[in-house]
Amino acid sequence: MSAPIPYADAVAEFEPVIGMEVHVELGTESKIFCGCPTAFGAPPNAQVCPVCLGLPGSMPVMNAMAIESTIRIGLALNCSIAQWCRMARKNYFYPDMPKDYQVSQYDEPLCVDGYLDVMVPTDDGPMVVRVGIERVHLEEDTGKLTHAGGATGRIHGADYSLVDYNRAGIPLVEIVTKPVIGTGALAPEVARAYVTELRDIMRGLGVSDVKMEEGSLRCDANVSLNLPGAERGTRSETKNVNSLRSVERAVRSEIERQAGVLKSGGRVVQETRHFHEDTGVTTPGRSKEHAEDYRYFPEPDLVPIAPDPEWVEELRSSLPEQPSVHRARLAEAWGIGDFEMATLVNAGVLELVEASVAAGVAPDAARKWWAGEFTRIANESGVEPASLAVAPADIARVEELIASGALNDKLARQVFEGVIAGEGTPDEVVAARGLAVVSDDGALLAAIDEALAAQPDVAEKIRGGKVQAAGAIVGAVMKATRGQADAAKVRELLLERLGVIDN
Amino acid sequence: MSTPLERDLIRQSAATLAEAIAEGEVSAREVTQAHLDRIAEVDDRVHAFLHVDGQGALATADAVDASRAAGELLGPLAGVPLALKDILAMKDVPTTCGSRILEGWRPPYDATVVERLRAAGIPILGKTNMDEFAMGSSTEHSAFGPTHNPWDLDRIPGGSGGGSAAAIASFEAPLAIGTDTGGSIRQPAAVTGTVGVKPTYGGVSRYGLVALASSLDQAGPCTRTVMDAALLHSVIGGHDPRDSTSIPDPMPDVVAAAARADVRGMRIGLVRELTGEGYQAGVEQRFREAVEILEHLGAEVVEVSCPHFDYALGAYYLILPSECSSNLARFDGMRYGLRVGDEGDRSVEEVMSLTREAGFGPEVKRRIMLGTYALSSGYYDAYYGQAQKVRTLIQRDFDAAFAQCDVLVSPTAPTTAFRIGEKVDDPLAMYLNDVATIPVNMAGNCAMSLPVGLAPEDGLPVGLQVMAPPMADDRLYLVGGALEGALRDRWGHLLIEEVPSL
Repeated sequence: MSAPIPYADAVAEFEPVIGMEVHVELGTESKIFCGCPTAFGAPPNAQVCPVCLGLPGSMPVMNAMAIESTIRIGLALNCSIAQWCRMARKNYFYPDMPKDYQVSQYDEPLCVDGYLDVMVPTDDGPMVVRVGIERVHLEEDTGKLTHAGGATGRIHGADYSLVDYNRAGIPLVEIVTKPVIGTGALAPEVARAYVTELRDIMRGLGVSDVKMEEGSLRCDANVSLNLPGAERGTRSETKNVNSLRSVERAVRSEIERQAGVLKSGGRVVQETRHFHEDTGVTTPGRSKEHAEDYRYFPEPDLVPIAPDPEWVEELRSSLPEQPSVHRARLAEAWGIGDFEMATLVNAGVLELVEASVAAGVAPDAARKWWAGEFTRIANESGVEPASLAVAPADIARVEELIASGALNDKLARQVFEGVIAGEGTPDEVVAARGLAVVSDDGALLAAIDEALAAQPDVAEKIRGGKVQAAGAIVGAVMKATRGQADAAKVRELLLERLGVIDN
Repeated sequence: MSTPLERDLIRQSAATLAEAIAEGEVSAREVTQAHLDRIAEVDDRVHAFLHVDGQGALATADAVDASRAAGELLGPLAGVPLALKDILAMKDVPTTCGSRILEGWRPPYDATVVERLRAAGIPILGKTNMDEFAMGSSTEHSAFGPTHNPWDLDRIPGGSGGGSAAAIASFEAPLAIGTDTGGSIRQPAAVTGTVGVKPTYGGVSRYGLVALASSLDQAGPCTRTVMDAALLHSVIGGHDPRDSTSIPDPMPDVVAAAARADVRGMRIGLVRELTGEGYQAGVEQRFREAVEILEHLGAEVVEVSCPHFDYALGAYYLILPSECSSNLARFDGMRYGLRVGDEGDRSVEEVMSLTREAGFGPEVKRRIMLGTYALSSGYYDAYYGQAQKVRTLIQRDFDAAFAQCDVLVSPTAPTTAFRIGEKVDDPLAMYLNDVATIPVNMAGNCAMSLPVGLAPEDGLPVGLQVMAPPMADDRLYLVGGALEGALRDRWGHLLIEEVPSL
């Protein structure tokens, strides 16, 4: 085995080509072919019936909402919508599949040939990359296997396996890109930006909750490398990419690995690979050298899908605003540029800022809290910012307290710490922790006198007109009041005390 | 030994029994019990049933009697018992499809056909024998042994629904449900001297019918009279939202058509390709005589050509195996039925493989392999793709023929019942039994087989097939009713009354 080579060297020599296959579980009330509910987290095999268990004699009936959602996704991705198409059976044996075939689409997908423009941050500012969409098709999800015993958690080596068919028959939309070429060293960022943008579109359409951690958005990343001007290389297909960050890391790691293989004169094997969140590397899975023959044929238990063109036009005209258009509108309203906007998008806090602004928080303050303090807390605890227990109304209240002088910036952070820790509303945290700005002039003057006495040389400098030296005394006072003073107020009182006019 | 009353009950038509029950001349329990007694008396020789559900049948009969006593209006077949082909799911009752692989499986749900039978107050006597997964024309491919033809116990009762046809012909039941993918209702009807109807594809719900070939399968009635078939057809037919291929339009009034039984002014087409070489002389003779009768009854008979019917059998044996190779994949020992080799040290793949090896019979394996091959990458276009084109050509032949004629007729099967064992090792000879019935399935039309006499050379029943366009099932009953009436007038009784007593 050859060692991976450093990323910069890899992309200096080879041109990466990426392709993404994203599966999105639709948020329909019922499954694709039966009336069973789709809610996540039910006890195993509690949401099943003869149809989604594939019992002998049972038959599928298409969920109209699943078709509608797929078409809306296709339209949002600028695809053409088929006027007539069929479902197809993909035949292979696996115990997570009740019928030992998956009802999917093959050569007649519902939506084809679209694109999605994504914005990638670069040193020279944001860059727009157009990602071509090959197809968007509808299929049924499989059940979920849990392998018990054995070291790997995989089927090989397991003592036994359990299967939960609650997920079997949940409608799944597969979105396949065309090969994305010419992105060079930015390939990992493009991959991440694409999945992020796609997720935002799904959310905007309201077709899925797109939670990567619950598997309602799943991503396979295809990577190949070739020398400039040479033919396209052999690609690998990386699975188990379960977060936006992993998308980027997996692509980067695959580029480094393949470059290492090629550099040492080896050959990239066509295979699926498994991404490991902990180590950040991929390991080999199933070989795809000898492509499995799925023996696709049109599903005879379902009638063809022929969406009325007028209906499709209605769906098109009722699509929500595209995220990119929406962002441009927000950027203008908030008076920020592309770079600031890209920062919010990449931090995954745009919607949170938007909600805070809607709750009355000034845009600058909302951005500062979300992109700064809250992102830091979320990163430290390894969660998404959105899952922090802080509501837009909390931010609005804290901002009010700051404006009134009751809190300063440092205290406000402590208030949020309490709110996030579940200690109650901002007012409750302020009360419980005793976090009010010390505004009693007498107490502050006492502290100032103490500080001046401790640092007579500094006091002398200030008296002599070196106003900038006041910082040391203000700092000491703030320390003495454990931050609960308004620094501007302390400075004002200090200068007054020493009879110095601040210019 | 049956008492005279019981013997009388089992020999009545379903329509007569229903009327007698409604009038209170006899109870549904008595009628059901008489048939259960008959099954107990003769089924060790006929072997039409794989499972008898006496308790369930009597409970339904009692419910019908109670409804009647309460003054409720009864359905047209209420209390008349029925034999159900073992390919339809029936809640808590074993459903094997004639295969070892489903041994022990009791469905947790009812097929739509079964729901409708229950709603109509029809007691279900049990599940009838069949070729494994409906693959065969003799019932010899049942994993549980063959069914015997009541006309000659050494002969086959046809297939795959030989159990349902034999149950009717041996007076074990006045009504039965069969399924027809390439002739599995009609060919058994022909060789047992009974009536069988394959409704228009989409006319009867397939929900709960264990699929052989989804685009060809259709459940339908097996009876001794044309009117009984119409009554049963109207009970089980009509739209079902659980079957996407079910036709939403209202079904034609088949009962009224059976009552009208009139062919005056109808144009009847004789299909040139479905006679001649390969057809037994006595079959052809009885068929020609029946066509003459139809002419006498006022129909105009013309000869039509359907040139692509010659390719129907070949195309059928690509489409059917392709679909069945996929439909039968789920029988893998993981969730229900047989499981072989699960001793803790074998992989999932090995257990699946051992289960399928042990659970499927040779004909099933043959067709799964044929279908797997036909759908394979590189062969799909040449086999499955070509076969679908032939299917379109067959539909066009029918369209052209129905532009000239109201119905088409042919012999149902090329021969009378052959001997058990005669063709079981010769798949091609077996497949040829369905040469005349397959085109209808390929096009999705409807057809009926009804008895038109005994072949002079062997004294065995001959069937005539009537074919009509999709959703024109009523025409089958107009022709069938008229022909049955004329033959009864000629013979003084129905042909089935000539069946030897067992």
